[in-house]
Amino acid sequence: MNWTKKDLLEIKDLTKDEILLILETAESFKEISLREIKKVPTLRGKTVITLFYEPSTRTRTSFEIAAKRLSADTINISASTSSFVKGETLKDTGKNLESMKPDVIIIRHSMPGAPHILARTLKSSIINAGDGAHEHPTQALLDLFTIKEKKGKIDGLKIVIIGDIMHSRVARSNIFALKQFDTEIVCCGPATMIPPYIEKLGVAVEYNINRAVKDADVVMMLRIQKERGGISYIPSIREYAILYGLKKAHLEKAKKDVIVMHPGPMNRGVEISDEVADGEYSVILDQVENGVAVRMAILYLLTGREQ
Amino acid sequence: MKKKVFLDKKAIDRTLTRITHEILEKNKGCEDLCLIGIRTRGVFLAKRIQEKIKKIEKKELPLGILDITMYRDDLFKIKLPVVKKTDISFDINNKIVLLIDDVMHTGRTIRAAIDALMDLGRPKKIQLAVLVDRGNRELPIHPDFAGIFYAIGAGEEILVKLKENDGKDEVIIVGTQ
Amino acid sequence: MKILIKKGRVIDPKNNIDEILDVYINGNIIEKIGKNIKEKGVEDFVIDATDHIVAPGFIDVHVHLREPGYEYKETIKTGTMAAAKGGFTSVVCMANTEPVNDNRSITEFIIKKAKLEGSCRVFPCGAITKGLKGEELSEIGDMFDAGIVAISDDGKSVKHSGVLRKALEYSKIFGIPVISHCEDTDLSHGFINEGVASVLSGLDTVPSIAEEIIVQRDIMIAKYVNANIHLTHISTAGSVDIIAREKRNYKYITCDTCPHYFSLTEDATLKFDTNTKVNPPLRSKKDIEAIKEGLKNGIIDIIATDHAPHDLPSKDMEFNLAASGISGLETALALSLTLFHEGVLTLGELVKKFTVNPARLLKLPYGDLSEGNAADVIVFNPYIEWIVDKNTFLSKGKNTPFDGWKLKGKNLLTIVDGKIVYRDGLI
Repeated sequence: MNWTKKDLLEIKDLTKDEILLILETAESFKEISLREIKKVPTLRGKTVITLFYEPSTRTRTSFEIAAKRLSADTINISASTSSFVKGETLKDTGKNLESMKPDVIIIRHSMPGAPHILARTLKSSIINAGDGAHEHPTQALLDLFTIKEKKGKIDGLKIVIIGDIMHSRVARSNIFALKQFDTEIVCCGPATMIPPYIEKLGVAVEYNINRAVKDADVVMMLRIQKERGGISYIPSIREYAILYGLKKAHLEKAKKDVIVMHPGPMNRGVEISDEVADGEYSVILDQVENGVAVRMAILYLLTGREQ
Repeated sequence: MKKKVFLDKKAIDRTLTRITHEILEKNKGCEDLCLIGIRTRGVFLAKRIQEKIKKIEKKELPLGILDITMYRDDLFKIKLPVVKKTDISFDINNKIVLLIDDVMHTGRTIRAAIDALMDLGRPKKIQLAVLVDRGNRELPIHPDFAGIFYAIGAGEEILVKLKENDGKDEVIIVGTQ
Repeated sequence: MKILIKKGRVIDPKNNIDEILDVYINGNIIEKIGKNIKEKGVEDFVIDATDHIVAPGFIDVHVHLREPGYEYKETIKTGTMAAAKGGFTSVVCMANTEPVNDNRSITEFIIKKAKLEGSCRVFPCGAITKGLKGEELSEIGDMFDAGIVAISDDGKSVKHSGVLRKALEYSKIFGIPVISHCEDTDLSHGFINEGVASVLSGLDTVPSIAEEIIVQRDIMIAKYVNANIHLTHISTAGSVDIIAREKRNYKYITCDTCPHYFSLTEDATLKFDTNTKVNPPLRSKKDIEAIKEGLKNGIIDIIATDHAPHDLPSKDMEFNLAASGISGLETALALSLTLFHEGVLTLGELVKKFTVNPARLLKLPYGDLSEGNAADVIVFNPYIEWIVDKNTFLSKGKNTPFDGWKLKGKNLLTIVDGKIVYRDGLI
C-alpha cells in the first residue's frame, strides 16, 4: 500500500494498514543505527524543522537523529528562544518558517489542535510531536513497534496503562492505536485522573493496581505530575507512589513474560520503582532505540508520499 | 504480446555454473570473498552461487542481503518503494565483495549498491556478477561476470523469473514484434 | 409609508391567527389586517406574500452588539443590520461591553446610537454588578430610568449567592427579569463538553453539572425571594429537567436556548474548528434530544441567538485560546425552522418562541400583529433552500460553524416601525 497523507497529526486518522506500513518500514530503518556509518542519503537536501513550544530532550533528539541519519538538514526552534516570546501567533510563526521552504515541520505544543493549524495553512508536512493532552502519534507507533518486537504480535494481548490517563496524550494515542488490533486494554489510576466516558472507547477502568496488572502482557507507565491548573488531582506524590507506583511485587501477578514500558522521562520512585525500571521486564531503553527507527520511517513516508 | 523463452531452467543453471567457475578463476579461489545479493532476485542468485562454490571449494562463503532503496537516485520521482531490510552480518572491510543481481541495465542500481557498501565499510575490491546484461548503460559501470548479453530492442522487455520468487526458472523476452 | 402585504399566511399566535390575510401598514402602525384588503393606489409598497409567512417581527433576548469598546468585532449598526436580515425587529443587547453597561451613561449611549444607526429596536440589558465583577450591584434604578429592560452579568455567572439574592430582590422594584448565565466556574475549567468527544480530543472540559448546579441555585433563590428569573442559553438535559420540575411550583421562571444547542453535538469540536467553540459548549446527542423535547412541551419558552460576533484573529488560533461564541443572527431562523420540518414544533409554536414569549418576559408592547400596534412585521418562507456563506453575512462576525450548510427557510422582508429595513431579492 502507499502512503498518501501529507501530515501525521493523529493516530485516529490512520487506518490499520497505515499503522502496519509504518511498523514494517521502521524495521528496515532500525538496522542503520547499528552500522558504523549511521547514515543513508535518502532525505539528502531536505529540510526538517523541529518547533517545540514545550520542553523535551528525548523526543526532539530522537527526531533530530532520525532526520540526520537520513541525511536531512535539521533546525531546532524552542519556544523560549523564538518569536513566540514576542507574542507572534502560531500561524504567523508557521508562515514565516514556510518561506524558508522546510519539507517537514515537527511541532510540540501545549494545546490540542495546534499542529492542525499548521497543517491547514502550510504546504510542509506537519508531524505532531505532542499537542497538549490530545495525541502523541509517534510515541504510540514506537510503543506498538516495541510491543510487536518483544511479543511477536499485537493481537490477543492485554495491555495495562497506569497513571494520569486524563492528561496523557501518550495514553490516548496508544489507546487509539491498540484498539485497531484485537487487544484488551485496562486503564488504571486514581479516579480523579480517569476521564468519564472513557469506557466508550472500549477500554476497562480499574482503580486498584493489583487487579489491573493481573495477567498483563504489557504494562505501560505514565509520568505523573501533581498539579494541573491549580487543582490537586491527588493529595500528594507520596500517596500516589504508594497506590499506583509500579513495584516488582505487582509484576508477579502479570504474565511471566510481561514487558514494562514508559515514555519517559521517568520519576524513579514515583510511578516506577528503581528495581522495575532497571529490571529484566523493562523495555524502556528499547523504546528509545525504536523511536529513532520509527521516526525515520515516518519522515521517509511523508516525504515520499504519493501526490 | 510475443513471448520467447531465452533461457530455460537448465540453461540458467549452466550459466550460473559457468559464472561460478569464472569467479573462482579470476579470484584464484575464494580467499576473502563474500557474496552480497541485491534485493530481490539477486539474493536468490547469490544463494545458488554460494551453494555451487561450496560444492567446488568445500567452503561456505558469507552471504549478505542488500536493499538499495535508500540509495536510489530516483527515490521521490517514482511511486515510493517499500524499504526492505539490509542484512549484512559480517564485516566487509578488506574483503572482496561480489555483488550479485539478476539484470543489469542502466547501471544506476549498481551505483546505488556501491554507495551503500561504502557506508558499510571499505572492501578490498568490489566485483559484479549478473545473470543478464541488457545493455543501454547510462553510467560507466560494467559487470565483471555476466551470464548472457542481450541488446534490448524497441518495444521489448526481458524478464527474469526464479523459482524462489516466481514459481519457475526462466528468462523470457517479451515483445510487441 | 403605506405598505400592503398581500396573500401571506399570517401567523399571529397572541391573537390566535393563522390564515391567509392581508396586512396594511400605515405610517408606523398596523392599520388593518383582513381578507382581501383593496389597494387604494397610494401605497408605497405592495408586497405579494403568496406562499410566504407573515409574522410579528422576532425579538431576540440575547445578543452581543459589542459597542462600545469592541467595534472591531461588531457595531450597533452592523449588528442590527444582521438582526434585521435574520428577521429580528427587536434585540436585547448584553452589558459586557467596554466599558461595561453598568451605569446610565452607557445605557443612554447605546440607545442613542441605536436610534441614529440601528436597523431594528435595541433594548439594553444592564449589568447586575459593577464592572461585571460580581461584587456590588450597579445602579439598576438609574439604568432602568434610562431604558434597560433586564439585568444580566452575562458572559459570566454571578458567583456569590448573596449578591445574586440581592440582585433578584432589587429587580422586583422595577419589575424587570434577571437574566442568568449559569456556570459554576469551579467545575468548568475547560472548553468543551465533558463527554466522549473530550476523551478523544484531550481538551479540558465543562461538565453538564457546571450549568445545572447554577440553574438549580438561581431558581431556588428566585423562588425564595419571589422574583423573576430567566435562565439563558440552556444547553443540557439536566437543566431542562430541573426547570421542568421547578416550573410546576413556581411560575416566574423562564428560559431560552440557542439554535446551536439543538443543531450541533460535541462531535463538531473533534477537528478543533474554533467556530464550534462556544460557552456553554456544544453538548451530547442526549442533551440535544432533551432540548428539543423541552421546546416541544413548552419548558423552554424562548429561542434566542446569543449572537457573539468575533473578529477573525480572535478565532484563528489554538482552540484553548480562541474567543468563544457564534455569530448567530443570520442563521437562527433557518436553524429553528428545522424544528418545524422535523415536526418538533408547529409554525405557530415556533413563532411564539420568538415573539409572544420574549415580549411577555420583557414587558414590551411588541411581538404581535394587533391592529394599532407598532408595525414590526416580517415575511419569511419556511421552504426556500439556501447555502450559508459567511462572507455574505451583514454582521462583522463571520464566526459560524454552519458555513456551507444547506438550510431550509429564509427571512425575506423585515419591517421595523413601519419602515422596510431588510428586503431579500426574492420578494
